[in-house]
Amino acid sequence: MPSDGRAPAAEVTNAAPEWIRGGRWRACAGTGREQLADGDPAGMVTGTEHRSAGERTSKLSPGAWLYVGAVVAAAVAVLAQALGADPDLDGPVSQSWTMAVLVLLFLICDSAPAALAFGQSAWSPSSSVTLAAVVLVGPVGALVVGATALFSVRRGLDLTQRVFNASMYGLSAWAAGQVYLALGGDVGPPSHGSFPAIIGPFAVAAVLHVLINHALLWGMLMLAPASEPGQPGGALQRYLPMLVLSDLGYATLGLLIAALWSVGGAFAAILVLVPLFVARWAIGQFAAQERAYASTMAALCQAVETKDWYTRGHSERVSRGSAMIARQVGMRGSRVEAIRYAGMLHDVGKLGVPTTVLQKNGALTEEELAAVQLHPMRGLAIVREIGFLDEALAGIMHHHERMDGRGYPMGLAGDEIPEFARVIAVADAFDAMTSNRSYRGARSIEEAIADLRKWSGTQFDPALVEAFVAAVQREGWEQPPGAPVRPAGGVTVPDHDDPAAQLRVVDSK
Amino acid sequence: MKGTTAVIGEPAQGESWQRAMDSGELLLVAAAGMLVVAAVAQTAAAGLVQPRIALAFGALISFGEVLRLSLEGGRESAPIGSAGAFGYAVVLIVGGQPALQPALQVIAVVAAGMVLGALPHLAAGRSAGLAGMASRLIGVAVVAALFRPLSTIVPITRPRDWGLALAGMAAVLVAGWLAECLIGALISADALRARFRVALWDEMRVQLPLGAAVAATAILIAFAADMMGLVALGVFIAPLLVTQMAFRRYAVIRATYLQTVRALARVTEVGGYVEDGHARRVGRLAVLVGRELGMSEPELLELEYAALMHDIGQLSLRDPIPGGATVLASPEQQRRIAELGACVIDQAGVLDGVAEIVRYQSLPWRGQERDPPVGSRIIRAANAFDDLVGASTETSRTMAALEWLRLDTATEYDPRVVEALAKVAGRRYRGRR
Repeated sequence: MPSDGRAPAAEVTNAAPEWIRGGRWRACAGTGREQLADGDPAGMVTGTEHRSAGERTSKLSPGAWLYVGAVVAAAVAVLAQALGADPDLDGPVSQSWTMAVLVLLFLICDSAPAALAFGQSAWSPSSSVTLAAVVLVGPVGALVVGATALFSVRRGLDLTQRVFNASMYGLSAWAAGQVYLALGGDVGPPSHGSFPAIIGPFAVAAVLHVLINHALLWGMLMLAPASEPGQPGGALQRYLPMLVLSDLGYATLGLLIAALWSVGGAFAAILVLVPLFVARWAIGQFAAQERAYASTMAALCQAVETKDWYTRGHSERVSRGSAMIARQVGMRGSRVEAIRYAGMLHDVGKLGVPTTVLQKNGALTEEELAAVQLHPMRGLAIVREIGFLDEALAGIMHHHERMDGRGYPMGLAGDEIPEFARVIAVADAFDAMTSNRSYRGARSIEEAIADLRKWSGTQFDPALVEAFVAAVQREGWEQPPGAPVRPAGGVTVPDHDDPAAQLRVVDSK
Repeated sequence: MKGTTAVIGEPAQGESWQRAMDSGELLLVAAAGMLVVAAVAQTAAAGLVQPRIALAFGALISFGEVLRLSLEGGRESAPIGSAGAFGYAVVLIVGGQPALQPALQVIAVVAAGMVLGALPHLAAGRSAGLAGMASRLIGVAVVAALFRPLSTIVPITRPRDWGLALAGMAAVLVAGWLAECLIGALISADALRARFRVALWDEMRVQLPLGAAVAATAILIAFAADMMGLVALGVFIAPLLVTQMAFRRYAVIRATYLQTVRALARVTEVGGYVEDGHARRVGRLAVLVGRELGMSEPELLELEYAALMHDIGQLSLRDPIPGGATVLASPEQQRRIAELGACVIDQAGVLDGVAEIVRYQSLPWRGQERDPPVGSRIIRAANAFDDLVGASTETSRTMAALEWLRLDTATEYDPRVVEALAKVAGRRYRGRR
């Protein structure tokens, strides 16, 4: 899971949203951290599903080119018109010191998009700087500040993206500035007297800034949609309200920066950003820690698997499969995350089963079968102390229950079985069927699906089986590689996960 | 017997509030309590200056105190409350009127806010966190005592004075922050028997990012209150809320990580490879020894991970070693287990230091091309000790095990580590009595 170097979900996007969001227009291609596509549906924190191909130079459609051209042309036209009306740019240039600080602030913000803790999103507080510019130096100055997005220090943005982002920022800042002026806002550092009156015009300007910013970006994403399979940019819709809200929150900071300007000068304004950058640092720590966590867990699970040689990679695939089902049935992000870990750990208890039993040749005695059937409980004993959702623990404990009540360890039936356990059971059995076993080769995905359907209702929850089938058809399923291998000793004990090869108790007579 | 599981990382659940305060904390709380009594008495006698401002800041502090945050190492912080308190200590002008609260009033108001903010924690069955509150209060007291007299001597009236005020605020806030770190370090050095210098360094490292955010917010509140009045309090808390949220997520994942490694280290026990509780006991022992030897918190965390997972290589053995005690296995086999374990940990790709410690745990400390890392030496000794003593608490058995280790200090076990182990073990049994 973490092996493909994906940044966790918390890593991404941008508050003053920029054009890096589409699946294919990623900010950092190739090695290292990938900016995650905003369209990652269910709050996955350690993404596994879409492989990140470093394909950021996908071709744009002619329509998209036209759109970019139009936006850029509009920005240039506005700037030219401003120059025509005021050739010396008296407004902004007469305050070159203010302009310089604003541009610097803007670049700092825009070069370090801060990931924040709401689902997938992360913001750069740069919209607060453009809005401060609206108040301090007026619409044209704000346009110039926004246009410096062209020079953001960011890896992986290509020229087209830079030009588009710069034009987008410039235009939205200018429009916001015009509205601010029209509603009677004063340009220049606010003073005591300007305080409640300034709030109305500023609020309208801020809303407009955010809306134009989002609308322009939205158009771009419609014309150059994400190329990920099953990700038609739809997830952006889901997050849009949240992003707009958070942008508005940041926009209010613009007024604070402007207000402080008249009291403490630029330095005080910079202080506004300190808590935000500390937050960004903490999120970076969180992300690193979470990656470390996921990969440590994966490594430990692999160590557990070494004991049972033929189930290599099983935990990870079950984890992935369970998460696919969970997302398909619309579980929320934190539950998907929990089930991912539950799937990873579901067989940890098998360590308590003696190796001689796991690799036994032939049928099992009653005691040996009991030892196998105890493994979910042992697993529970191991992971109980992890601060998981209780649900995940229930999932590990009951993943061998059957819908008809003939499973183990407790013989629960139907809805008595916790949902997590029913999910894991499906993914678990499916992976067992599509993997090589010593006593049979791997079944194809189609055969395995047919088998799942055959046992749906008796062994599996039918709704979850269908959800899984739909998810597999959409996202695909990665079968373990390799030809069937026979162990040296000719082990023939059936896999306990394999629904087609139920464990049998040897006849004691 | 305090500070065994709470040594690093997060204390086990329920433990933090059950454990009694130790002497250092008691002293701190008593000192802060006396300060509060003096401040409240003085304020009551002189009358509350500008009650509206006091009320607003007090409310903010209470709110921030409700939203406490746990940082690594079981530290507690209340960034929003601290920002409010520091803001109240350094604010000069509110809505065009000079703010006149004397230092003792600042302390009284902050204390009142804190106590109110602690009530919901008590109601929820958590600890009131007296020691944390006391150290935060003393930090504020330092700032107020330094800054309030200054502000009456040099009244700020003209805009260009703000540069001076800014410098003054920054300086006193740094002083306040240092005072808090110093107290924290003294407490943990006393409670955990860490070395003071190491403890101070750890404290400053952990407190720096949030401290910067809190100080910046306090200064912003002080500045913006001039123009915006008391509204500034609410407004400038927003960025800090975001910061706090980020830290909370970080704290949660850190805790989960440690719990998971602790839990998964038990797989060797469930699998019958080692005795029950072995990994955890070696983990605790190693951390105590490491601290005795002056290791810092990040090093200790790495050491704890390595100690917890030191037997993970045994999973690759087809059959468990009889009794699971690696101390009695052949050197060749020990090396193999260590190597296999290091390979497993290497797989994670993020724990290189841990893998290194595990890899060299089987080597004698002398006679190699290069000395094994300290962590490896500690684990080697702690593992041998636990293999010999196990969960037993008999003094005679402990003494025999230590004697056994001491006999081998020429080549096998690092004498410094063995001596530290002896100290730690001695303490352990005194604590039990």
